[in-house]
Amino acid sequence: MTPTSGSVELLGSPIPERAGDALPRVGALVEGPAFHPYLSGRDNLLRLDAADRTTRSSTARRRVDEALDRVGLLAAAGKRYRAYSLGMCQRLAIAAALLTPKDLMVLDEPTNGLDPQGTREVRSLIASLADDGTTVLVSSHLLSEVEQVCTHIGVMHVGRLVAQGTAAELRGDRESEARIDTDQPAEAAAIMRELGLLDVHVVRSRAIGRLAGVAPEKVVSACVHRGLSVTGFAVDSPTLEDIFVSLTGEGFDVSG
Amino acid sequence: MFRRRRNLAGLVVLAAVPVFISIAVRSQASRPGRDAPDFFRSITDNGLFVALAALTIEMGLFLPLAVAVFAGDAVAGEANLGTLRYLLTVPVSRLRLLAVKYAAITIGAFVATFTVAVTGVLMGLLLFGGGSMTLLSGTQVGFAEGVARVALATAYLACGMASLGAVGLFISTLTEQPIAATIALVVFSTASFILDSIPQVDWIHPYLITHNWPAFGDLFRDPIIWNGVAHGLYVAAAYAVIFFLAAWARFAGKDVTS
Repeated sequence: MTPTSGSVELLGSPIPERAGDALPRVGALVEGPAFHPYLSGRDNLLRLDAADRTTRSSTARRRVDEALDRVGLLAAAGKRYRAYSLGMCQRLAIAAALLTPKDLMVLDEPTNGLDPQGTREVRSLIASLADDGTTVLVSSHLLSEVEQVCTHIGVMHVGRLVAQGTAAELRGDRESEARIDTDQPAEAAAIMRELGLLDVHVVRSRAIGRLAGVAPEKVVSACVHRGLSVTGFAVDSPTLEDIFVSLTGEGFDVSG
Repeated sequence: MFRRRRNLAGLVVLAAVPVFISIAVRSQASRPGRDAPDFFRSITDNGLFVALAALTIEMGLFLPLAVAVFAGDAVAGEANLGTLRYLLTVPVSRLRLLAVKYAAITIGAFVATFTVAVTGVLMGLLLFGGGSMTLLSGTQVGFAEGVARVALATAYLACGMASLGAVGLFISTLTEQPIAATIALVVFSTASFILDSIPQVDWIHPYLITHNWPAFGDLFRDPIIWNGVAHGLYVAAAYAVIFFLAAWARFAGKDVTS
């Protein structure tokens, strides 16, 4: 693959010219795990470690076992890879990326195929990696996952980066919605309009409006002062899914 | 490589041929007739010839097939499993990857060939005994020299197999299906044998990779006729260098998308 224009720099090294300098500091999970089915998990990692010229073979066994331990796979290290479940395969792939300390981890769908406990463990693993000073880049379609794990988010659409920033920045001007459950929704809607909420509307016994900078507690106290019986109040922030869809559009079409 | 059951099964098949030959010849009361191939007639005189008879039979298909399996796994197999992309992200330089893979194929070629020869020698000594060896030219040499000549012949044939492995390495960079690379290499070596048997195209014979393989028989004449063996080694080296470079040219710029 050759670029039509521009250049790429990774950890300070131009790519692909000096890829050999940068790549040892990058751990990656690319398109799911891939290992030799007839070798054990440990042997697969030893093989990968032997391929790495920057590591010392005398410490290989210890580092392999540490990496396996970190992903909770030490008990199954001697099993052939073919006997592993999808979640175990995924863990082994993460262990392979952990064999040496890394500055950057690129994890493609790291929780794919993991059970809820496994998902939680990966989440805490990512957090501990980040605490050690490693930059972790997660690519995922599971937006709730992304929301829980990530400090910065980039949205890709048809091969282009359409938005990038912290989670708060991405939300940007997409304001939160306030909704009030009451037996007099029309009155509640009137109060909301007075306070300056936008797009106020009534859905059955519920009044909904965009906050537009109004403090949510003011809405509640105003309603209560006017003698409305408020049975429920909530502020809905736009989910990442809402933001994603608003950036990339709806629909199932694959753009070639 | 040698813990994998498939590879062990392959070596057992390779070893089965000399076992079968020796038992078949031993169980016949009469000696193989005058029309039997050279080495077969000599088996009852000296067990060492079992190894040579087995090599002659297996160099047509079984040994190239073994090399082809190793070569198919080398790059195409890794691409098929997806492990190739992980090796490249380690990172492993592509030249080093090819060099290590070719070294593995070469080791595989030598192990396969020597498995046949060593089994043949052991079975031959067991069933027909050793002692001094009567060469094809009629003169006799001591047992030690006989063993040395068998070892030399085996090493020569293994070099031929290793050069075939370079062709296999190149084919292996063209596909992501190891079985396709394996079949293609067997087709290549078989086509080479077929061309070698057609006298109308004798101008091409000296350049065929398999043409000089049977020349290991010349090592059992007195004095040794070196022409065929030397030419065979040149051809083997030429094939190895050309196809390794071709594999590198192909692999260095290839997008690994599997």
